Amino acid sequence: MSANKYEAVIGLEVHVELKTNSKIFCACSTEFGAAPNTQVCPVCLGLPGTLPVVNKRVVDFAIKAGLALNCKIAEFSKFDRKNYYYPDLPKGYQISQYDLPICEHGYLDIEVDGETKRIGITRIHMEEDAGKLMHEGDAIAEAESSLVDYNRTGVPLLEIVSEPDLRSPEEAVAYLEKLKAILQYTEVSDCKMQEGSLRCDANVSVRPVGAAEFGTKTELKNMNSFKALQKALEYEIERQIDILEDGGEVVQETRSWNENKGITVSLRSKEEAHDYRYFPDPDLVPLVIDREWVERIRETLPELPDERKRRLIEEYGLPEYDATVITSSKDLADYFDRCLQYFGDAKKVSNWIMAELLRLLNARDLEAADCPVSPEQLAELLQLIDKGTISGKIAKQVFEEMFDTGKTAAAIVKEKGLEQISDAGELERIVEQVIANNPDPVADYRNGKKQAIGFLVGQVMKATRGKANPQLVNELLRKKLS
Amino acid sequence: MTVYSLTAHELHEKLKSKEISARELARAVLDRIEQLEPKVKAYLTVTAEQAMEKAAEVDRRIARGEELRPLEGIPMALKDNLCTEGIKTTCGSQILHNFVPPYSATVVEKLDREGAILLGKLNMDEFAMGSSNENSSFYPTRNPWDLERAPGGSSGGAAAAVAADEAVFTLGSDTGGSIRQPAAFCGVVGLKPTYGRVSRYGLVAFASSLDQIGPITKDVKDCALVLQAIAGHDDKDSTSADVPVPDYTEVLGKDIKGMRIGIPKEYFAEGLDSGVKEKIEAAIKQLQELGAVCEETSLPHTEYALPAYYLVAPAEASSNLARYDGVRYGFRDTEAQDVISMFRSTRSKGFGPEVKRRIMIGTYALSSGYYDAYYLKALKVRTLIRRDFDRAFAKYDAIVTPTSPNVAFRIGEKIGDPLSMYLSDLYTIPVNMAGLPAISLSCGFSEGMPVGLQIIGKPFDESTVLQIAYQYEQSTLHHQARPALEVR
Amino acid sequence: MSISKKDVEHVALLARLEFSEEELEEYTKQLNDILGYVDKLNELDTADVEPTSHVLPLNNVLREDASRDYLDNETALKNAPDKKDGMFRVPKIV
Repeated sequence: MSANKYEAVIGLEVHVELKTNSKIFCACSTEFGAAPNTQVCPVCLGLPGTLPVVNKRVVDFAIKAGLALNCKIAEFSKFDRKNYYYPDLPKGYQISQYDLPICEHGYLDIEVDGETKRIGITRIHMEEDAGKLMHEGDAIAEAESSLVDYNRTGVPLLEIVSEPDLRSPEEAVAYLEKLKAILQYTEVSDCKMQEGSLRCDANVSVRPVGAAEFGTKTELKNMNSFKALQKALEYEIERQIDILEDGGEVVQETRSWNENKGITVSLRSKEEAHDYRYFPDPDLVPLVIDREWVERIRETLPELPDERKRRLIEEYGLPEYDATVITSSKDLADYFDRCLQYFGDAKKVSNWIMAELLRLLNARDLEAADCPVSPEQLAELLQLIDKGTISGKIAKQVFEEMFDTGKTAAAIVKEKGLEQISDAGELERIVEQVIANNPDPVADYRNGKKQAIGFLVGQVMKATRGKANPQLVNELLRKKLS
Repeated sequence: MTVYSLTAHELHEKLKSKEISARELARAVLDRIEQLEPKVKAYLTVTAEQAMEKAAEVDRRIARGEELRPLEGIPMALKDNLCTEGIKTTCGSQILHNFVPPYSATVVEKLDREGAILLGKLNMDEFAMGSSNENSSFYPTRNPWDLERAPGGSSGGAAAAVAADEAVFTLGSDTGGSIRQPAAFCGVVGLKPTYGRVSRYGLVAFASSLDQIGPITKDVKDCALVLQAIAGHDDKDSTSADVPVPDYTEVLGKDIKGMRIGIPKEYFAEGLDSGVKEKIEAAIKQLQELGAVCEETSLPHTEYALPAYYLVAPAEASSNLARYDGVRYGFRDTEAQDVISMFRSTRSKGFGPEVKRRIMIGTYALSSGYYDAYYLKALKVRTLIRRDFDRAFAKYDAIVTPTSPNVAFRIGEKIGDPLSMYLSDLYTIPVNMAGLPAISLSCGFSEGMPVGLQIIGKPFDESTVLQIAYQYEQSTLHHQARPALEVR
Repeated sequence: MSISKKDVEHVALLARLEFSEEELEEYTKQLNDILGYVDKLNELDTADVEPTSHVLPLNNVLREDASRDYLDNETALKNAPDKKDGMFRVPKIV
């Protein structure tokens, strides 16, 4: 296989929208989903004469994200104009940061095949988002005209650029997942890929294993999910290897991931190579970030995924795998912690989250934050199992119903009469009946075929529609048959 | 004297004593506009109806016995690059020929709150790029002292309107001399405040690090009053300074004995018209008679200010003017079939030649490979120019120079030669590069045209500039001269 | 440094302007005149000089993160040369 002769070199450029109330340079709302051009003002529409004023929380959030990603926070930073023309860019330039970004030289750790790998973060800078274009007709290429909505214009963004330290699509996905988790933990962004508040571009090249120099890279755009990132990278790496194997050369260009066709396509522009003519924005003054400011932000940093994972392992004795999964999302980890406030057995809580909760979230395509069963409600369910009110098996059924109806466990159990039968008198009667009705297995058991008891237990459970306390049934059967 | 010839502070007394009503005053100036506009062409838009409504409101306040603020009821007009809610703001350009802003500039709101009465919007060089008003997309304004001559620019309409008594005062903007040079050409008072003194919010940007709004008035006292009304910090402008605004009228009338004034020799070198030079020297003598100590000094980098300016200003402008793309407002070439052609043809048809020239220079100066050689170099030279002034101001309270090397030139005289046009801002540009306050006021006539005297102050020291200007003005009669504009 | 007609065409594209052949000639000449004039700056040694982007020594001008409504959709679109469904319409992009 030729693929083994090559390794991929990947760097990610991630844009996240910050969770502020107002835009980066004006006081318009950043709320997602409003009617087009209803969250706009003279400033973000780029009307003549208007001027930007920096939202302080954007700077705070940038520092916070930088600290969470182990960056150096600049003492002096400034905003620059990136000049280019596009209908979604009202001023004909984007206010961004060029040579003096707010954060540099950071890193985050990912797990690859059970080992920790450190991925460098080159820089983080602040900038404004552009508007949204809707094309009249199916695709941009066929549209006779396009419509522009400027609600998103000026929504604050962080651009987070990684070092080209990633060597496979899996590593890229792990990096993005970890980055997303950290940003969610710090609460600077909700990182919803489907709403576009987390967007990712990738720089990809391949080189022969052992080569010191990088190959020619392409830039991949339009990957709107983790799955898309994985597939697009897989495709692109293979495409580049094929070119090299055929003795060709990779062209440096921007390519777009086509989700439907499962391929990347060149976005060759008829226009000139970009010349963004960056220069310091004369309408904005520099940022001078003293160390007190940085420390003030540092104090607001929450427990981050790695620390939290360590705590779950050390404090609760969770297996590393469980701890990794639970802390991969802040919402899930918070869910776990809140459950524990009501139900103290961490391993049981973890098992339920890992198995049942995640299964249903995935099946219903929901985020942990949107889980219809509250941690209190899950704890209540676990208490019912513990008290022997319901069996573990019944509990799974109850949980699914809780998930879909929003009812409490107790209500469902009561409504459907699912309480476990633990009354020895009542069970004894049923056990006797089962013994009487099944002479053959009874004889087998008495003749030493001890596994025959399984069949008899099953018969009791069947007769009680699963509600019998299985432990009690076992005990009673043994007593009666001995 | 007819009512429209009076200053704001004189009219204030007449309104207060009910000798005249705000409506009578507004009507008088509107009539004057109607009579003179065919000749002067200072206005692009006249808002007579709104002006009369506002005047009636002021009269009701007077009738109720409410206290009259200094500018209340005073008819004024604004350069057409100041955004006015609901009133067309064209910036002198075809590309904004139909633009009606949904908001007002901070200075416009301030003047409105002070009760000043807006008569209309004034002609200007397109996007404030020009020194003669010939670059207006609509028509050139004419100099009231000689209708064959240019009123200067880019606030040509604003200066001509005051000189012709078509407004009691006006607001202009000054990026490289655009208030002072036309004030000099038209024989009126024009002040460019310190960069950051007056909010730029709502001023259509030309070069953001140089632009500043300022008053054009009939005398120095009015200038102080108008500056008082528009100065101060504004949350909407990150570059507006949060420094206290003194009472500017307080220094008016204080003598200038012992005040130290620097006379930079570079401003009297080759290129200065001899008639202008004579008047400036006479003015300096007058200042000495008033007790000021005038000394020759040097601002050695003066000659580099103009070339540095012609990189910095166009570079910023090339970016500031990128928003005129035909998408959200203004002119669009509807012939174009795709968006890039639409951008290009809209901008090529919407902008005039001088604006395009500057966009081209600025784009080139910022482009890859040339940034360091041109733009960065110019920013470094800017530092040297600032240092010159810092050194001079360590020794002097103010610096006095001619405002322009020549008096108003004839319309058409320089339009074919951009560089010679640029040279008429030789003495005003260094002040913008250093962000300093400076005033221009009349110091006599040469060839029958007014000569402007420029007084430059330390940052945020408009008071000293006004103090010297007032002493000079009150010791001469130049400010009382009026052009002979016959009205039939 | 001098600028060729081809450079002028490239800069015009960057600036989203377009010129006729005649205009191109004229602009090339005028830009060369102006650039020739600004070359005067090279007489100065500025190796150790800091650039001035702002004349004021201001920094950290920030506002609080509060949102408010401003323009309704109709006002926002009032000056639009072309609009549809509450949005600005532009001709095809590619």
